Amino acid sequence: MNTLKSFLRGGALVLLLVAFLAAWIVLPWPALLALALAFALWMLCTRSGRQAASVTAVGVSTLGQRLGSSSVVIIGIAGVVGVLVALLAMAEGYRHTVSSSGDEETAIVLRGGSSAELMSVLGRDAITAIERAPEIARDADGRPLASPELVVAANLPVRGGGADEDGSVQLRGVGDMAWAVRPGVRLVEGRRFEPGKRELVVGKGARRQFVGLDPGAELRLGNQPWTVVGVFESGDAMESEIWADAEVVATTYRRGSSRASVFARLADASAFNAFKATLDADPRLQVDAQTTLAYFRGQSEGVSKVLRIIGIVVGSIMAIGAVFGALNTMFASVASRAREIATLRAIGFRGMPVVVAVMLETMLLAALGGMLGGVLAWLVFNGYTASTLAGGVAQLTFEFKVSPELLWQGLKWALAIGFIGGLFPALRAATMPVTDALRAA
Amino acid sequence: MKYLHLIWAALFRRKVRTFLTLASIVAAFLLFGLLDGIRTSFADLGRNADGAQRLQTASKLSFIETLPLSLLPRISAIDNVEAVTHANWFGGAYQDPKNQLFTFAVASNYLELHPEIEVDPAQLEAWKRTRTGMLVGETMMKRFDWEVGQRIPLQSTIYPNSDGSLDWAFDIVGVLKAKDGASAGFTEALILMHYDYFEESTPYVDGDVGWYVSRVSDVRRSDAVAKAIDALSANSPHETKTMSEQAAMASQLKQMADIGLIVGSIMGAVFFTLLLLTGNTMAQAVRERTSELAVLKTIGFSSTSVLAMVLAESMLMVVIGGVLGLGLAAVIGKAATAGSGGLVNLPPVGLESWMLGLGLMLAIGLLVGALPALRAMRLNIVDALAGR
Repeated sequence: MNTLKSFLRGGALVLLLVAFLAAWIVLPWPALLALALAFALWMLCTRSGRQAASVTAVGVSTLGQRLGSSSVVIIGIAGVVGVLVALLAMAEGYRHTVSSSGDEETAIVLRGGSSAELMSVLGRDAITAIERAPEIARDADGRPLASPELVVAANLPVRGGGADEDGSVQLRGVGDMAWAVRPGVRLVEGRRFEPGKRELVVGKGARRQFVGLDPGAELRLGNQPWTVVGVFESGDAMESEIWADAEVVATTYRRGSSRASVFARLADASAFNAFKATLDADPRLQVDAQTTLAYFRGQSEGVSKVLRIIGIVVGSIMAIGAVFGALNTMFASVASRAREIATLRAIGFRGMPVVVAVMLETMLLAALGGMLGGVLAWLVFNGYTASTLAGGVAQLTFEFKVSPELLWQGLKWALAIGFIGGLFPALRAATMPVTDALRAA
Repeated sequence: MKYLHLIWAALFRRKVRTFLTLASIVAAFLLFGLLDGIRTSFADLGRNADGAQRLQTASKLSFIETLPLSLLPRISAIDNVEAVTHANWFGGAYQDPKNQLFTFAVASNYLELHPEIEVDPAQLEAWKRTRTGMLVGETMMKRFDWEVGQRIPLQSTIYPNSDGSLDWAFDIVGVLKAKDGASAGFTEALILMHYDYFEESTPYVDGDVGWYVSRVSDVRRSDAVAKAIDALSANSPHETKTMSEQAAMASQLKQMADIGLIVGSIMGAVFFTLLLLTGNTMAQAVRERTSELAVLKTIGFSSTSVLAMVLAESMLMVVIGGVLGLGLAAVIGKAATAGSGGLVNLPPVGLESWMLGLGLMLAIGLLVGALPALRAMRLNIVDALAGR
């Protein structure tokens, strides 16, 4: 009978735990806030709630005496949250950099079946036909805001690498419309390239990544000498590129009059479907049009998903380790206060306040750890620049982005670890036989 | 050794605590096993004996530039070069342009230079006879449920066919298998087709190849060969850059991410936390046993043997947990690789990881045991027995 009872209790406990974690993951923050408020009301307004509050106050005030073991919980959880937040910040930073390169009002046209600009080829006729689409916005002179662009890859020596170590960079050949299509691109140093000359304007990220991209410097690309004349910033993936005159790039790389893509600024976001329909209806064209938002989001999807999965897998394994650490500490803490707790129960305190008090104490430690880890991750990694080979094509520099949502997510993980780590010791404290505990050391 | 049972008994004196601590250690070393496996497999790419003999020659300008086929006889003529083959990136995708595969259009002697890739000799013959034939890595066969003899439509994301469309079709004539486990992740995801068929069909590739692979007979003189190959095209529009296969892989991976740094910093955080956690447990364990240790000393155990026993206890605990964790990593890695049908490729935990792991376990065990062990050694018998 007794074994059946304890078995049932164990089963119920596991179910409770699973339900709690599921709710914890699914519920948005307003619901959690309401939950916390309800809990606070219970503590203030009911008899057992007030009992719980006073037991918690005693536990928390003696935390200082158990500084060593309490700090193990805090630092253990801080480690989990720090690593988790840092890895997710990497994914978030990458996603943000790439997907903010696009918006819904700009469309990109590629050859049908080409998944990236580097693989796409559009002939002169196709480009002219695309530029005539009526949905494209016009500038003051009535010219369509469409920019045919050519993208090639070039090897350049990497900063901080060996003497022979080259990295790949995207060289984008553009016309003067490129600046009008992308209002976010600002020149921060020097000037724009002059049409027809072998001059380069380099992105801030590319300059940070490669050697010899300072204004005034000469370098060789495609076996020809070029001069860097300016630096631009845009805060997105474009920053990792080098820009030059499209005609000059086409001659250097023997591309004739063909281009890789057309960027077009539409009259407004709702015009995109009509624009796509116009292009699809044209029998001369075999092209794919996407909004730049969709295009760049698609480009970043794979990598940021992989990064997120790695972050969550690593975080989960670390969290399991931290749960056991917290369990250990809280069991020891409950054992060392066995007499105190037994006394409380002997003078009439019920089990519930004791459970709540131990849980609250653990969750307090966990919250401290979560905040510590989040702050550390923010201090060390927010704005940290990293680079990767985007799509196997060219170096892309991006900044880690520790956003408030990530910090909140880290705190949620910390509290979940605290909940599991506190639950079992709390139950032990509440079910300890009073007489045994009073007699013990 | 004769104290082993004593140490064992001390370790499991408080079962719950020991098991909880062990679980934390297992988690830490499980993570270590998985991450270090990934790190070493990246570091080992191209480092096999066959790879050391091979040089890769690609355009110096960028990876999208091609090289003329006319270099082939000139590279073959260089002293110390045994054989030369070449390959082109085909840019194949199946069903969706985003579903990119590793597809190379290669010369028919490509596999002779890559003995780590195994193909049934009859299938290899069939491939050489079939112009539209392709050899497909085992992982890809499983992933798409393909069978030998099927005709598979592939899209090239770069090269149009002779009819101007990007749609191609190839006949599967054989399966590529890795000879050893180390290179399986790459080899078995590979798809090879004929360069001749590819070159004749697409209007874009006019007798150009993507890169050359040459095998040298004397590895010690491979640097000289690389220089000689690059000298062939110096100051031409097609300057080349020749590197050993390993160096080429390493530079590619380094551009992708600094795997070593990422793994190193995660493991640093993990082990720091672990150190604190087990250190706390050990301190607790020794504090609890103060009087027992005093009794041991009273009946004649020397201070150093008490020190050694406490150290041994902490090292034993970390080693048990660590070995369990690494073993678990080996099992999980295998299961994840098999269960996902090749989508996730977790390398087996290699000898190097085991050695490094064991070293770490002993070091961590020593570190966490040091303070409690010193405390136990300096224990004053009278004070300890009196409970002061």
